[in-house]
Amino acid sequence: MNEILKILETDCRLSPEEIAAMTGRTPKEVKELIADLEEKGIIRRYKAVIDWEKTGDERIFALIDVKVSPERGVGFDAIAEQIYRYPEVHTVYLVSGLHDLRVVVEGKSMKEVAFFVAEKLATVDRVQSTSTHFLLKRYKEDGVFFDIPESDKRLAIVP
Amino acid sequence: MHISSKIKSVPPSGIRKFFDIVSQMKDVVSLGVGEPDFVTPWRIREACIYSLGKGYTTYTSNYGLLELRRLIAADIEKTYGVEYNPENQLLITVGASEAIMLVMHAILEPGDEVIIPEPCFVAYKPCVIFAGGNPVTVCTDHTSGFLPAPEEIEAAVTPRTRAIFLSYPNNPTGAVMPKETLQAIVDIAVKHNLYIISDDIYDKLIYGETHTCIPSLPGAYQRTVYVNGFSKAYAMTGWRIGFAAANPELLEAMMKVHQYMVMCAPIMAQMAAIEAMKNGEQDMQDMVRQYNHRRGLIVKSLNNMGLECTTPKGAFYAFPSIKSTGLSSEEFAEKLLLEEKVAVVPGNSFGDCGEGYVRCAYATSIQNIQIAMERMSRFVKKISS
Ligand SMILES: Cc1ncc(COP(=O)(O)O)c(C=O)c1O
Repeated sequence: MNEILKILETDCRLSPEEIAAMTGRTPKEVKELIADLEEKGIIRRYKAVIDWEKTGDERIFALIDVKVSPERGVGFDAIAEQIYRYPEVHTVYLVSGLHDLRVVVEGKSMKEVAFFVAEKLATVDRVQSTSTHFLLKRYKEDGVFFDIPESDKRLAIVP
Repeated sequence: MHISSKIKSVPPSGIRKFFDIVSQMKDVVSLGVGEPDFVTPWRIREACIYSLGKGYTTYTSNYGLLELRRLIAADIEKTYGVEYNPENQLLITVGASEAIMLVMHAILEPGDEVIIPEPCFVAYKPCVIFAGGNPVTVCTDHTSGFLPAPEEIEAAVTPRTRAIFLSYPNNPTGAVMPKETLQAIVDIAVKHNLYIISDDIYDKLIYGETHTCIPSLPGAYQRTVYVNGFSKAYAMTGWRIGFAAANPELLEAMMKVHQYMVMCAPIMAQMAAIEAMKNGEQDMQDMVRQYNHRRGLIVKSLNNMGLECTTPKGAFYAFPSIKSTGLSSEEFAEKLLLEEKVAVVPGNSFGDCGEGYVRCAYATSIQNIQIAMERMSRFVKKISS
């Protein structure tokens, strides 16, 4: 099962037939396993890793460290939810260290992002402070290099 | 001017001609490459860069860096329970290739015979010849899973026989020899007092089976030269690092040739190999996992298009029969290349009994395998209609 997940994680466009051949199962087994993984919420979604920069479509991302005072009974979860429900919020992690939440916010311009942070994020009840880091360049994301396409340097025929 | 008749007796490599055609073409998907598509894992490259920065640019001991020999000896002992003394039983060489040549020079008298099951790696026969010996080949085909029967090996033994080559998992067939068959061949070697040269370069690339290390078999240790290297398992072909392990007397003899031929293997590559031994296991296993996936896909596709292909148990080669097409291996490979831009290696490059097969290396991405199989299937359909 983990084998199938690892395969899908690198390429989710492979067909059940292909995955079956790769793992020595029958296509039917693979289909059932994947349906089960989807149903259990282990496979959350299928998506493409996109280098938006190359499309000329400007997207601004900021990593925002948020310090909060947790709420009795629900800990950080309630505050996190209050934040992650905003569509501008791309990712939210609870982290150890100086801050509590790491929030990734997406916007069309720096101004838009800054505005969101000041107006929405910083004013959420129990948020003590925010510290905003604008993302300047992506080198690697989800295991994919963004800068250097690695070319095959081998000779075409080798014994 | 004079060229040695020994050298002239070895025909030019059949692969060469092919290579020349391919290099003129664009958009070729190559299944013709006998090396990993992975670049050497970064931690290994980085270790080399670091050592260069520190100024490690010198000769090493002729035997190679003792630290590397110790790590290799420990690994062989841990994996196969076979003990070699890193001080005098291990020699770091310039690829397994050099190790193979050294053995030949160390054991052969002019006219001595060496038994070689075919199809096999292209260098064995020439190495025997260059060292003054006579190769004696034993043919195999897919009906026996490309494994010679011990009786066939014994039938090839003459009073001049000095050694037997064994290399499993095999290039080009991917065959793995069962322990009992290996033991039977070891027994033959004992009976006739022969050396065994065990080229274990693909030992880590084995799928769902356990590798049998020949020197671990009763009777084999003293007479076996164990050859291995970093090229395939750690995707380190360009570094040229291999090694040989043998009894101290034979290793000393091999070292003598090595000493005057290359002095030592390059220190930068030895430094990188140390990192591979220390921390390369996970990277290696990740690559093996991916080869295994590709293997399943390529074997299925080849059989689906009507090219009979037994499932290779190791290495990264599929060796389908193309006899049903009525073409020779070379015709098949050449037409496939020119018409569909897929490069494979004609089976007869690996010995006469490789005729009727082609070698498809699956050391390439799933995407490339998909494209290659699509084109190849179209090609097979076209020529059989
Ligand atoms: C069976 C076999 N032995 C030895 C070698 C050579 O390996 P190295 O790069 O260590 O010289 C190869 C390479 O293709 C091989 O297939």
